[in-house]
Parts: sequence; structure tokens; C-alpha cells
Amino acid sequence: MRLLPHTIIAVIALLNLCAPASAELLFPPPEFESGYLMPSTTTPHPHQDVYEYVDVAVLFVALSLASYIVLKKRSRRATFVLMILSLIYFGFWRKGCVCPIGAIQNVVLSIFDATYAVPIAVLLFFLLPLVFTLFFGRVFCAAVCPLGAIQDLVLLRPASVPYWLASGLRVLAYLYLGLAVLFAATGSAFLICRYDPFVAFFRFSGNVNILIIGVCFLLVGLFIGRPYCRFFCPYGIILRQLSRLSKWQVTITPDECIQCRLCEDSCPFGAIRSPAVQWPAVEYDKAKKRLAFLILLMPVLILLCGWTGSRLKNVTSRMHPTVRLAERIYLEEAGDVNDITDPSTAFRATGETIESLYQRASVIRERFTLGGWLLGAFLGLVIGVKLIAVSVWRKRTDYEADRAGCLACARCFKYCPRERLRLSKTKKEFR
Amino acid sequence: MAEIKDNVTRRQLLRTGCYGGCLAGLGGLAGLLAAKSRAGDTVWQIDPYICIACGNCETHCVLEESAVKCVQVYEICGYCDYCPGFHQPGAVALDTGAENELCPTGAIKRKFVEDPYFQYDIDESLCVACGKCVKGCAAFGNGSLFLQVRHDRCLNCNECSIAAACPSGAFKRVPADKPYLLKRVENA
Repeated sequence: MRLLPHTIIAVIALLNLCAPASAELLFPPPEFESGYLMPSTTTPHPHQDVYEYVDVAVLFVALSLASYIVLKKRSRRATFVLMILSLIYFGFWRKGCVCPIGAIQNVVLSIFDATYAVPIAVLLFFLLPLVFTLFFGRVFCAAVCPLGAIQDLVLLRPASVPYWLASGLRVLAYLYLGLAVLFAATGSAFLICRYDPFVAFFRFSGNVNILIIGVCFLLVGLFIGRPYCRFFCPYGIILRQLSRLSKWQVTITPDECIQCRLCEDSCPFGAIRSPAVQWPAVEYDKAKKRLAFLILLMPVLILLCGWTGSRLKNVTSRMHPTVRLAERIYLEEAGDVNDITDPSTAFRATGETIESLYQRASVIRERFTLGGWLLGAFLGLVIGVKLIAVSVWRKRTDYEADRAGCLACARCFKYCPRERLRLSKTKKEFR
Repeated sequence: MAEIKDNVTRRQLLRTGCYGGCLAGLGGLAGLLAAKSRAGDTVWQIDPYICIACGNCETHCVLEESAVKCVQVYEICGYCDYCPGFHQPGAVALDTGAENELCPTGAIKRKFVEDPYFQYDIDESLCVACGKCVKGCAAFGNGSLFLQVRHDRCLNCNECSIAAACPSGAFKRVPADKPYLLKRVENA
């Protein structure tokens, strides 16, 4: 039989294939004779899930308390105490993780990644402050967020930032939010967590560069109230928009504004807007033309920014480890580099073909084309709306807190004479 | 002319509409995600079959002393006299002399069991997760030494700093009720 040798080879080959599954160790464990008892590997357990729900409960209680203190009790002192308690609990005790700001990324990732499911506790961390903002304004920023608290503590001599500059700088926050969503949706990175400037303080350890950024924020924060919250915080952007619609809102005066202007400079975050007078007719006509121009400019801006965003795909997609790896392998294959890196070593050990890696990388890069369009269009829209917002006349009769910008810190209350009158009245009632 | 009772301005109507929209949107988002969420938390863990022991675990953890440590799975260990995870390549003598040890901190303890077998334990207070022993054991031994995130130390950051620096993608989110990925005899 000429087939026999082939059959034998095939059987041996089959046996070899089965070998890894049948406990074939290089040095099989010895059979001990001395009655030796084999120790087992220890596996210390993580925090129990219960603690996650304790965190959610604490968050809920803190938000409720903050709403009551700011809107009903109108007390800066109580707000301050609650802020410190939140800083200690969410910051130093729970080490600043997970926070609602970072939870944006978990939520986005679970929408776009079929294999990732967001833990319920994280989802609640994301949603609770949003719901509270929709009812009571930004009470989360006021007294619950540990990042806001640490900046609020160092505020020494607030300098005022002009409205147009603050509005312009806020584009950075929209950009940050957009990039964070883009990178989370593509599964590249959690940008917000990676560049969280204060988490190193909460843990007393961490990346030195981030620590330096954190120190810079605190130094700037001595003179500019809460720089991260106002110009960078991606969650703050969402809260701003919801706060515009909130059912109840901080009012400087408990009843009526007497236009005394005493509160005018009391807000360290530039959220108190003075009453706006009617523009003169000449100005008004000019403004109308400008508005028409800006509205026409809007689609141009959106398209231009979107196009730019999509053209930047080669840069943005580098945030994804697979794309980075593919670029590196390409360089190595082309002979442009002589050394090898850990990622390329790891890749070559897997036995995957280079073509299939390139394939995967180009699929991911294509996602960044669409992502870049959306991100750019979003930014174009933001810039367009901002341009319109600074150039239209909005009727304001009283000194009032800007619904979006007000962090509900309760500092301005005591500047209002009507508030003082209210307090003296309540005191008398006590007597 | 009949007086309009509710003086609803356009602005108010718009605001109420947006408000309702936001509430409905949040509710919808919550419902959508609640269907695709998990009750328990996830934690970070290293897949030992993907890990290449590059040494990033030692340097990239946010903790001063990394949360990753080397573990020993005794069922896989060969209890060799010459242990490629314990001894320097070309060690002068197969003993516990510092000049013969591979571990830079002396975190692996060698204990005589019976001739010619030795037990190797990890002293976690000394281990810095450099992965030198892991490489040695994987190259010339059974691979019973490998790196794992120790959950009594891990802060469970939302984005693990080591995971971001991991060259092989060995870091994974695993369910908190099964927080370890230990090697098994049948896969060794």
C-alpha cells in the first residue's frame, strides 16, 4: 500500500495538533513523594460592587442637598461645607474615579462598541447630574464635583474675563468634548481620563506631566475662577445647555431686583449679566445685516470645519493603537527604521499577516474620516452659533445670573440688599 | 375680544418644547443604555497568553508601586533545580546567591521541597512587575510565572494607564466577579 506512510504522517500530524490541548508541559510537574502540599495562587478580590451603589447613593444625596441649599436655603456657607465634603469623598476617598465627566466616554463607547456594556453605576453617574441640572441648574458644579471644588478652594483674587474672550475660550471645551467623543466612539482612548488634571492630587501619585498641568490650572485658578470648569470641562458643556432650560434656577435676589448694582462684580465666574439697553436704531439696522450675514456664513463654516476635520484623519486616527501599530509596521517593512518596538514585537509574535493588520487599520481610519466630518461640523456649528450669540441684542431688564454660565456657587446672594432684608426678617421671626 | 388667558410667548413655547425634548432624550438614552448595560462593575486584568512582559507595568501604573505583580501558578510550575525565571542565564551556581538571581529585587523565594525539586514563591511586597522572570520562564520553562493586576492594590481607573501603554493589547476589562485570568494547565 502506497497510502500507508501518508496515513501515518497524517495521524502523527493530527496528534501534534492536539498536543497543546492535552497538558503537554516542557517540564511536567513532579510527582512528589514527601507528602508535599502544593500551595494555591492567591487572588485578592476587588472592591465589592456594593460600593459602586453606595457611591451612586452618595451622589444622589449630595445633589439633592446641593439643590436644597442653593435654591431654598440660599446659603454660601452650607454650599462651601458640602463642597468640601464632596471633595473629600469623591476626590480623596474614592480617588476621583469614576466621575460623571469621564462617564461620558463609557456611555459613548457602549453606544458604538457592541462588546462593551456600561456598568449601571457608571450610567447613573452620567445621568443623575444631567437630570438634576434639568430641574435645578448646575448644582452639580456648585458643590458636588470634586474637580470644581479643588479649583473653587484656591480662588484667591478673581480677575474678570471679558465676555467675548470667555465665550471664545469655551470653544476649547467644545473641541475637548468632540475629541473625547470621537476617540471613545472609535475605541482609541479615554482622552478625558488621560488628561484629568486633578486626579493626581486626589491619589497623591500619577504621571508627572499631568501633575504639572494640574499645578498650572491651580495657579491660574488663583486669579481666574475655575479655569478648567469654564474653558475645558466637556461635561460642563452639556450641563450649560441643559441649565438653559432648567425648571428652577438661581436668582440673585430672593424677590425683586432694585437695580442697585451691588452684585455686579460679585461673580468670580463672569456669570452675572448687566441689564442691556435697547440699541440705537442705526446700530440695530447694522446688526440686522450682520445677523443675516452670519446666518448665511453658518453652512459655510460647518462645511469648511467638517472638511478640515475629515482631512485630519491621518493625525487623529493615530490615537488608535492599531493604526499606530500599522504605521510602525509599514515603516519597518519599508526599511525606513532599523530598530523594532515592543508593539511590533508583540504583533509579529501573534502570527497575524501584515495585510490583515493593514486591512484592520484602514477600516479604523475610514471611521475617522466620518468622525472627522461630524466633529468638524459640530465645531463649525458651535463657532457659528457663538458668533451669532455675541452679535444679537438680548433683552435683559434685571441683574441676573446667566442661566448657562451660573455655577450656582451662591456667592452673589449676600451682595443683594433684598437678600439681607429677607435674612433679617427670618431672624426676627425666630426671636 | 376674548382675552387670552395663558400669555404664552413664542420663547416660552420653544423653551417648554426643548425642556420636554431634553427630558425625553435623557429618558430614551437611559432606556437604550440600560438594555445594554451590566449590573456589576468591570475591572482591568492582563491576559497572560497575550502579554509579552515588556516591563511597562512596572513604570506606567498611576500608583508609585505598580498594582501589577507577578504570580506563580504552582500546578504549571516544573519545580526545576535550574529555574529560568529565578536564575541569571549562565548563573555561576544554582543557589540563592544574589549574583545568580534574575529578579532585581529578590522577590522570588526559592525553597527546597525534595530532591531535586524547589518551590518558587513571589514576595509581593518586593515584586515591582518588571517581568524579567516572566520572560525567562516563558522562554525556557513552563510559563507558570506571569503578570496579573492585583485587585487589593488596583484603583480601577476608568482608563488604566498601563492599558494605554500596553504594546500587545493584553489589558482587558473583565467582570468584577471573575477578576483574574490565571493560566490553566490545559492551556499551558
